[in-house]
Amino acid sequence: MNGGSGEKGSGRPAQPGRRRFLGDLARTACGVGVLGLGLGLHARRANSLPATAIRPPGALPEAEFLAACTRCGLCVRGCPYDVLKLAGLLDEAPAGTPYFVARTEPCVMCEDIPCVPVCPTGALDHALTDIREARMGLAVVVDQEACIAFQGLRCEVCFNICPVRGKAISLDLQHNVRSGKHALFIPVVHSADCTGCGLCEKACILEEAAIKVLPMQLAKGELGHHYRLGWEQKAEHGGSLVTPDQQHRYNLPEGMRYEHGGRGLIIDEGADSPFSDNPLDTLNRGLEPDR
Amino acid sequence: MSGGEKPGLTATLNRGWWRTHKWLMLRRMSQLGILGLFLLGPLAGVRIIDGNLSSSLLLDTVPMTDPLLFLQMLVAGFLVPAGTAVLGAALVLGFYLLVGGRVFCSWVCPVNLVTDAAGWLRLRLDLHGGINLARSTRYWMLALVLLLSLVTGSLAFELVNPVSLLHRGIIFGLGSAAFVVLALFLFDLFVARRGWCGHLCPMGAFYGLVGAASPVRVRADQRAACDDCMECFVVCPEPQVIRPALKGAEAGRGPVILAGECTNCGRCIEVCPQEVFAFGLRYPNREKGQGGEARSSPGLSKGAAT
Repeated sequence: MNGGSGEKGSGRPAQPGRRRFLGDLARTACGVGVLGLGLGLHARRANSLPATAIRPPGALPEAEFLAACTRCGLCVRGCPYDVLKLAGLLDEAPAGTPYFVARTEPCVMCEDIPCVPVCPTGALDHALTDIREARMGLAVVVDQEACIAFQGLRCEVCFNICPVRGKAISLDLQHNVRSGKHALFIPVVHSADCTGCGLCEKACILEEAAIKVLPMQLAKGELGHHYRLGWEQKAEHGGSLVTPDQQHRYNLPEGMRYEHGGRGLIIDEGADSPFSDNPLDTLNRGLEPDR
Repeated sequence: MSGGEKPGLTATLNRGWWRTHKWLMLRRMSQLGILGLFLLGPLAGVRIIDGNLSSSLLLDTVPMTDPLLFLQMLVAGFLVPAGTAVLGAALVLGFYLLVGGRVFCSWVCPVNLVTDAAGWLRLRLDLHGGINLARSTRYWMLALVLLLSLVTGSLAFELVNPVSLLHRGIIFGLGSAAFVVLALFLFDLFVARRGWCGHLCPMGAFYGLVGAASPVRVRADQRAACDDCMECFVVCPEPQVIRPALKGAEAGRGPVILAGECTNCGRCIEVCPQEVFAFGLRYPNREKGQGGEARSSPGLSKGAAT
């Protein structure tokens, strides 16, 4: 082997070369590793979506969306109304991902949803074919102090502009305690029908909208999974699921009865009232010194 | 040749300007043309190709998706991409498997315009120094990109990937484009020679692996005529790929530039005063005859040149 690379003799001269090779390798690996650490930490921050940025219709849950969206902008091109934007480096949304801001330019809710089928990966779920099924976010009346409906003034702009009219936002008529003779027309959003298009937020007449579209995970509460609402269970099964309440024998003082399903606690005339004027007596009951 | 001298000067004097800049000009036309086609939609309303280099749709029918991005998507845990993306990634991958992976780098990628400009200026200003990166760093970067996808469950590298940031920035009119241009230009000019494309870019690394077995190659069939003027090494963005083919005769190596890192830019072909190089196929990896006989060999450059 006395070929082209003459400097590669045997044994000793190769050692420094190998040492340098390993050194370079370690240097490169460390450099790239540090870069990776920085990038990973950056990604944690940069991947968080500000509450004002709403994803296009059909967008997968945010964590999945960030894995699936190639940031190609085909949805932006598909949008006939300048609603969707791609995030630039300085925007708060992750660079290159599509979003819209409801207060500036809400979703028009096109019947054919042109932004969805053009998505090459399905980050915008192609299964969404009815725009009324879209859940881009959820409108929330975030400031009841500022919303003039709560002051007893007539507005109802959000109710009237809502494309799922009467369903996504309804008006709850309440008594106006202040005037004593008028009604409050309170806007109430229903998550079963609100698509999160943001028209209400755009239309809100206040300087700063009192109704805002928030990302679903921010807007929605969730009942404990073990909770059952009795009346719903009852309606579902056509009757009570537990043994019907029956006459109990209550350990009541003399002269008192309990009428189940009727008048409730009945205190016979003339009987001593078991309740003293001093509420502390109730607490102290049983603690009296032996007589 | 010395640092400040213009590479390709001898060849220009011998064969004229066009024949020593043909591939360069074709490359620039390709790079700018592709940008132009993407821009026709937003600027003129003529929709030929929509989207950007990450994913696009040609003439409303042919989907294309960046295969590395597709891979990241799978690694990040999105395992059920729509058929469009699967087909798009397969089309792009197939194309580059055929013509050479890093054809993307030299014929399509907009960053190449920036880094080539920096490389050119570095040569003209005779700038030296800066940090010395290993060429293999890019493969570490590629591993890092995939690891980041795995760990974060997102396409994390896309937050900072200058290639997509630049292309998207241009097509969608985002300010990020200017930022990326400036950063990459200054990096390649002052910090590291051919720093980004030649040492760091994980997309380049990926396409280098894709093109490692591609049939379209630069061949040094006339390597016996090489007079060691070194002009090919000066213009080549990946000079390490030339030596085995050009100087490997004694070691029994064939004249085909086999390294996937070769970008098939064709610059070596046209600056060589001795016309040592030509585009050709990978096989056979031995000289096609000697001297004048090889001139009639079926090389791609002969067909396309005249």
